[in-house]
Amino acid sequence: MRAPFAQNTGRVDSWERAPRAATMNLHEFQAKELFQRYGIAVPRGQVAATPATAAAAATALGGSLWVVKAQVHAGGRGKAGGVKLCRSTAEVSQAAAAMLGTRLVTPQTGPEGLPVHQVYVEQGSPIARELYLSLLLNRDRSRLAFIASQAGGMDIEEVAAHTPEQILKVEIHPAVGLSGYQCRDLAFGLGLEGTQVAAFEKIARGIYQLYIDNDASLVEVNPLIVTKDGGVMALDAKINIDANAVFRQPTVAAYRDPSQEDPMERQASEHDLNYVSLDGDIACMVNGAGLAMATMDLIKLHGGQPANFLDVGGGATPERVTAAFKLILSNPRVRAILVNIFGGIVRCDIIAEGIVAAVKTVGVSVPVIVRLEGTNADVARRQLAASGLAITAASDLTDAATKAVRLAAGRKD
Amino acid sequence: MSILLTKQSRVICQGFTGKQGTFHSEQCIAYGTRMVGGVTPGRGGQTHLGLPVFNTAHAAVAATGADVSMIYVPAAGAADAILEAADAGVKLVVCITEGIPVNDMVRVKEALKGRDVRLVGPNCPGVITPGEAKVGIMPGFIHQPGRVGIVSRSGTLTYEAVFQTTRLKLGQSTCVGIGGDPVRGMNFVEVLALFEADPKTDGIIMVGEIGGSDEEAAAEFIHANVKKPVVAYIAGVTAPPGKRMGHAGAVIAGGKGTAADKYAALERAGVRTVRSPAELGTAMAAALQARRKGAGKPKAAAKAKVKPKSTAKAKAKPPARKAGKPVAAKKGAKRARRAPARRR
Repeated sequence: MRAPFAQNTGRVDSWERAPRAATMNLHEFQAKELFQRYGIAVPRGQVAATPATAAAAATALGGSLWVVKAQVHAGGRGKAGGVKLCRSTAEVSQAAAAMLGTRLVTPQTGPEGLPVHQVYVEQGSPIARELYLSLLLNRDRSRLAFIASQAGGMDIEEVAAHTPEQILKVEIHPAVGLSGYQCRDLAFGLGLEGTQVAAFEKIARGIYQLYIDNDASLVEVNPLIVTKDGGVMALDAKINIDANAVFRQPTVAAYRDPSQEDPMERQASEHDLNYVSLDGDIACMVNGAGLAMATMDLIKLHGGQPANFLDVGGGATPERVTAAFKLILSNPRVRAILVNIFGGIVRCDIIAEGIVAAVKTVGVSVPVIVRLEGTNADVARRQLAASGLAITAASDLTDAATKAVRLAAGRKD
Repeated sequence: MSILLTKQSRVICQGFTGKQGTFHSEQCIAYGTRMVGGVTPGRGGQTHLGLPVFNTAHAAVAATGADVSMIYVPAAGAADAILEAADAGVKLVVCITEGIPVNDMVRVKEALKGRDVRLVGPNCPGVITPGEAKVGIMPGFIHQPGRVGIVSRSGTLTYEAVFQTTRLKLGQSTCVGIGGDPVRGMNFVEVLALFEADPKTDGIIMVGEIGGSDEEAAAEFIHANVKKPVVAYIAGVTAPPGKRMGHAGAVIAGGKGTAADKYAALERAGVRTVRSPAELGTAMAAALQARRKGAGKPKAAAKAKVKPKSTAKAKAKPPARKAGKPVAAKKGAKRARRAPARRR
């Protein structure tokens, strides 16, 4: 039997880190700005866009040890050369020069990497222990949960998979909020003692309040450190914001950095299209997210590889269909396009009109396979046939997928 | 019967006079839904689509005796509208709105706990009992009254399942789109429990997708509690990890929520799974046929054993495998019944 509010068992069921596309991401320096506003202890630091300002920042911060960190929307920066320890302002300047203007490739960025336009210069901290702390949604329980571990600085998913007993978890009742005992459960569970317990509580409460106030979908501190003089502070900071809530969060909305977003996905969202790039060569255009995923799966099932996920939405218009064709065709790998529409409220003849217009204006040079079903599907099929364009009609899902795979491979049989 | 919604259900619409509310209320009325009024704050006393408009859900329920509310209120106010509907005393809230902030839904979910109200959605196509009433945005004409219960996280994939079962003349008892958000009202388990207890439903089609673990929970529940044949499809086998596939809740995060895991869990529970959504209808037809031929009369037995569960109860006790003889016997019986069909 689970305790109603808190559980410190080692079991991790289905808590998860929010993904990139579901959320708006903040840079580390922005996250730390928010941390300070909520009374969460962080090392002193300044953001810089040139090597000279980076060196000046180091001088202004004082001390004799600094860390220069590339500001990109991805983790795994350390191993990728995006975090440098420096012992002089000259070294700070050099490290900044080496990072700025480059693209940092980490395991989380994909091979093309992300551009580094800013670095964060921070005072070096004397680390005694590294811990892990995050706050996120536990989907299974529809509640927020703190996840903590003594195994800080490591990939928490690895820790959860291999040593689940090292994971502490506290679930928060939305009306009650975070309780003192829950903070103590975590603090003592992390092996903190003396004044560190109260210092930890301040951090945990700050994180909870920040999460609620700013509609975050993830706040992650990895590592949370115990310094050699016994203090507790957030050495790294990651904040994701719920994309659905950005409309009421003007402060965090201003933090948006489009240079860190996938250009095709950004272009798609400007047209109200849901687009995700994939590696294959058969593009698809579908209405509805579930059917769009299913269409990808069908392509694979029949021996092909999908080039993208694309949901044109329930209210697809001819304009959107045209925008979708343009988007699809900007991917040079595409060798066939599969259009799969189930017309419910949206009428198939409207979509067919859009397809004809798009194929004419955009100039499509690869085979287009169209499966239309639902409202006015017959009319739509006649329209496509009468258009004189090289559009292959498909009678059902299976037929559509097999034809797309065959035509992409260049076989006409 | 059927579940959740019947010809007798008295339905109001929140966000009634807006563009979406107007269009879809018209469609629902045309389908035969017993719409009795609507809510738009500030427009109380007016008439819209021939029906009374109220300022508050309380006033609407008091005046019309509504027991169902359909919500088209924009995302910023939709969570509030759900709470208002629940507070006004309707028994079923169907929230169509997409894009509600997750933290709002976390609070709503908690606030609805222990209350005599069911929430379907948000970010869903709604509920339809073919031939009786529809509350939502699904195209009514593809449906046909019949024997298959459909529950799905995706709108257009529900339509595929509906279309196929209509073509095969199986028809649908009720179709429930539970929505694509990570925090939502009814889940698979709660809808499955209703279908299992519904005498009009002979088989169940379940359409899941990547993200979360509701399909895994459903698998456990089916294994322990569902005797009617279940056919399942999971969308997103090819979805890359870490990317949201259209729905806010459709994402593989931290290696969890993959289609492969969900298929495995469902298959362990004896569910007939299909790798292509084009096979949902035929698989259901085959399952129903096998059941009629092979299983003798499991219907009567099933009916006797199932007691309708309240949602609260179903949630408080996740369907962990129960120990003891009766269950073991039941398991064996189920295997025997399902094995021949699974080999197909």
